Amino acid sequence: MLRVAKRYPLTLLPVFALSACNMDVLQPAGPVGVREARLLAETTGAMLIVVIPVFILTILFAWRYRDGAPERRYNAKFSGSTPIELTIWGIPLAIIIVLGVMDWRSTLALDPFKPLPGHMPTLRIDAVSMDWKWLFIYPDQHVATIDQLVIPTGTQIAFSITSDTVMNVFFIPRLGTQIYAMAGMQTQDHLLAKNPGTFRGISANFSGEGFPEMHFSTKAVSPRDFAAWITQTQSAPGNLDAAAYAKLKKPGVQDAPAIFGHADPALFEAILHEDSGTPAPPHKNTPPPVKAQ
Amino acid sequence: MSETAQQRHVHQEPDRDLDHPHPETVFGFWVYIMTDCMIFASLFAVFAVQRTAYAGGPNGHDLFDLKSTLLETFLLLTSSTTCGYAMVCLHQRRQNLMGLFLLLTLACGLGFVGLEVSEFLKLIAENAGPDRSAFLSAFFILVGTHGLHVTCGMLWMLVLLFDIFIRKRGLPPVIGRRLLAFSLFWHFLDIIWICLFTFVYLNGYLT
Amino acid sequence: MFGKLAFNQIPISSPIIMVAVAFEVIAALAVLSFITKKHGWGYLWREWLTSVDHKKIGVMYIIVALVMLLRGFVDAMMMRTQQAIADGSNTGFLPPHHYDQFFSEHGVIMIFFVAMPLIIGLMNIVVPLQIGTRDVAFPFLNSVSLWLVVAAALLLNISLAIGDFAKTGWVAYPPLSELTYSPDVGVDYYIWVLQLSGFSSLFTGINFFVTIVKRRAPGMGFFRMPIFTWTAFCTVMLMMIAFPILTVALALLAFDRYCGTHFFTNDLGGNAMMYVNLFWAWGHPEVYILMLPAFGVYSEVFPTFAGKPLFAYRTMVYATVCITVLSFMVWLHHFFTMGSAASVNAFFGIMTMIIAVPTGVKIFSWIFTIYGGRLRFTVPVLWSLGFIITFTIGGMTGVILAIPGNDYVLHNSLFLVAHFHNVLIGGVLFGMFAGYNYWFPKAAGFTLNEAWGKAAFWFWITGFYVAFMPLYILGFMGMTRRLAHYDNPAWQPYLILAFFGAVLISIGIFCQVAQLYISIRDRALNRDLTGDPWNARTLEWSIPSPPPFYNFARTPHVESIDAFWMEKQNPSKSSSPEYVDIELPKNTASGFIIGVLDGVLAFGLIWHIWWLAILTLIGITATVIARAFQSEVDYTIPAAKIAQLEAARTQT
Repeated sequence: MLRVAKRYPLTLLPVFALSACNMDVLQPAGPVGVREARLLAETTGAMLIVVIPVFILTILFAWRYRDGAPERRYNAKFSGSTPIELTIWGIPLAIIIVLGVMDWRSTLALDPFKPLPGHMPTLRIDAVSMDWKWLFIYPDQHVATIDQLVIPTGTQIAFSITSDTVMNVFFIPRLGTQIYAMAGMQTQDHLLAKNPGTFRGISANFSGEGFPEMHFSTKAVSPRDFAAWITQTQSAPGNLDAAAYAKLKKPGVQDAPAIFGHADPALFEAILHEDSGTPAPPHKNTPPPVKAQ
Repeated sequence: MSETAQQRHVHQEPDRDLDHPHPETVFGFWVYIMTDCMIFASLFAVFAVQRTAYAGGPNGHDLFDLKSTLLETFLLLTSSTTCGYAMVCLHQRRQNLMGLFLLLTLACGLGFVGLEVSEFLKLIAENAGPDRSAFLSAFFILVGTHGLHVTCGMLWMLVLLFDIFIRKRGLPPVIGRRLLAFSLFWHFLDIIWICLFTFVYLNGYLT
Repeated sequence: MFGKLAFNQIPISSPIIMVAVAFEVIAALAVLSFITKKHGWGYLWREWLTSVDHKKIGVMYIIVALVMLLRGFVDAMMMRTQQAIADGSNTGFLPPHHYDQFFSEHGVIMIFFVAMPLIIGLMNIVVPLQIGTRDVAFPFLNSVSLWLVVAAALLLNISLAIGDFAKTGWVAYPPLSELTYSPDVGVDYYIWVLQLSGFSSLFTGINFFVTIVKRRAPGMGFFRMPIFTWTAFCTVMLMMIAFPILTVALALLAFDRYCGTHFFTNDLGGNAMMYVNLFWAWGHPEVYILMLPAFGVYSEVFPTFAGKPLFAYRTMVYATVCITVLSFMVWLHHFFTMGSAASVNAFFGIMTMIIAVPTGVKIFSWIFTIYGGRLRFTVPVLWSLGFIITFTIGGMTGVILAIPGNDYVLHNSLFLVAHFHNVLIGGVLFGMFAGYNYWFPKAAGFTLNEAWGKAAFWFWITGFYVAFMPLYILGFMGMTRRLAHYDNPAWQPYLILAFFGAVLISIGIFCQVAQLYISIRDRALNRDLTGDPWNARTLEWSIPSPPPFYNFARTPHVESIDAFWMEKQNPSKSSSPEYVDIELPKNTASGFIIGVLDGVLAFGLIWHIWWLAILTLIGITATVIARAFQSEVDYTIPAAKIAQLEAARTQT
């Protein structure tokens, strides 16, 4: 945010004037969000190049050529001018070309299915949206949580996401990129938290009656604290197997976050294919899974 | 602003002439056929997406009886030919012969729909109904939509025959226009069937 | 016997719904008793319900739209009120069960029963007059279109009292809209209401396409067509191509719900994303179906009130055609976050931004139309100027959202909600209000009150900014849409602000109602005797207001764009007084009957009352066949009668 603000102080001025805090999207806590906030500022700036002249010209012309203005300004025949027409096609076109290049580059760079650039430790988490709660399975640590996500800082989190029921969207506004959770399909998201903190996580797609309460907290802690949390969680009671999952499927809002000391790492694959009618694993819509490093 | 000869021509004259049916009506019917094409295009796209979604159920090779499909094709193509002859008779004002050809068209259409219904019933009896898999859903709805169009076409034909022969309205320009529109519709269904035969049955059978 | 229908489907226990139902019933009874008291039934039946006159059908469309605007706005007020209070421990006054219906209804009403009837109504009134014809190509089909929309609108209102409406949002994505997750009749109401209104739009599309291609006055080549007709032409092409896709998407959803097929289900190979693709393959062109006629209105208003031709007419036409074509190539931007390949997202992002080019060109063209003019600040001009500023902001946020990287953090947020209200209110609705004020005297014969119109504009535009600018900020704050309740005190001040914006808009709406009432009351003072109250440019102003039922006593001959303006500049002396016979379609009850039966058919299907559905289907088929058996559907007005009517008119 600070970097964005330094480079584009004017763009963000009105935003600051209104509210200096709570702008989750503009105060990213990780590199994905930073890149997106910067893109937002850059594209807004580029658009203002054409938007501001429109405002000025509209108000200026409407006043200058009002009924009752000096008669010499009236030109009843003026209905076209090649230079003006070329300009009004040219300027939007030029801006869109610039934005198009930005679009192409940023979209390829921000592809949520792609691991983040650079070498860094990676943690795999499987996220499942349910009616109306989020289930997070840590397949390598064999633990699971509900409506609570604990992640280590400075570590790339490779999310594999699906839905048990209807469509939802997995979104932690301060970390960046959101992505749909859809039954029978697996989407992926790669996020990273730079510093410790607690961030709101939500479903960003309406999914029924309990949807407003379908949020979770994301706690980013140092890798050491994370290891401690894992050890502690692994000794907690609760075993998330097929039977426990069946109980979880009952629609309802989760009153308080929950943890499972043991979780079956194959559960995610099972959820992914539970409705396909075929036991055969490779589902038509499943992209090849990303390997953990 | 004055009335011109051209204007009079456009707005009044053609309506009275059988060989130049009301240009708006026929043009409008072409436009309608184009929108119907969009319906079929969407259904074909859906079928293309779902064509392998067997969900562990049977596929086209297991299910399709190409002999019966060939017979359906033959019936529909024949009906298109007889429909064409009916239009020739219309232009020659041979009302009774035209009626005969329309009846032949109707008979072929009836045979076609009958075969299709029996195919559907057979599939449902084999537990391969539209609720078995997404592939079968797409198959039933795509083929069924065409069948429904053919059925509506036959109803239309009956109404026209009733109007011409039983109500003794004969062949005034308005009926000529409707017959022309009907024949467009019938040939259009023929073309859709060719696509169905190729992309659904043949392709499904071979994979 | 009555399928799923039972007395417990009437939500007697929820006071809010019952008050709303009571209000609607009382309003309906008041209207009915007013008509009875004035002995208006015969008149209503003969002159309106059975009419196939495009002008009357257009007026009825606009009445439907204005009534439904009130209904949709009540939904909006409910939502704004709920969100202004429902923070933390306060759950507000609407449980999710009702709130979810309100936002679904709000979307459906505003798109299908306000915006669509407004544009179709204006097209009905204006297009045949602009191209110098006496009616649309298929007047009976036009009447069917109208009554299908009316039936659908009534059905939607019935859902308030009997059963539920969809609780899925106006897009009704499966699997949420499948039987497993929405077992009640809400989604069935949604499906059949949209099917009826979709068929209506499809028929209108075919009808106006043929009308514009075949019925232009002699001499009116395509590049002499008034620009509103051009935009209507492009809109109806979009309707014809896009609406069948919606029909298919909804039909397949219906098959899933009624016959157990697996198009979009989670199990047995269904693919919910296919619905999303089909829906937006219609849905994005739909945005331009609404937008283009509004562009057409501005393109008529600015030249008329600036007293000079539209700047770069041909460029405007090309820009419109560009938008028409491009609108089919951008649908994926509604779901960048569903995991398409990065290159696919990037491609659709660029295609979306390219639409901004012709749109930008249009905006500059309007600005240069003002340049060198003598702009009269009438009500239509205020709406149009308000449009340029507001729509430009909406366009800017649209381009921002078109870039996938931005959409990754703003998708489904209140930023998006603010964006599309910004273009739909600032673009479509302002345009329709401009058109309503501009063409009202043509349809009614008297002008609308200026003072109340201006007050309405200022309340609307201020209210709009107060209501929607906070939503942009809330989007940055990570607030997603469709929340019946939230746990974030930081959002509340903005939501309260937005509520006050909605209150300002409601004052604006009150001013519009007052404007209409006062204008009708004082119609004797505002009568338009010339037929050309604005010193306008196109053919519809060359005939009296309101136009005679045959529109043009003599078919006009067109020699340039702005035909009427040129005629006023150089009056042709050789106009022959000779009249010819005019053939017009007879009124028919068939359209009304088909509409009513379709409504009942849909009701039967919604509630699984199969005998009713079958009976009405037979009824509809019989009505169509009976109509086909009628031999005399037109009648001729002899030239002598026209001469007599015209003479009587010029004397008074």
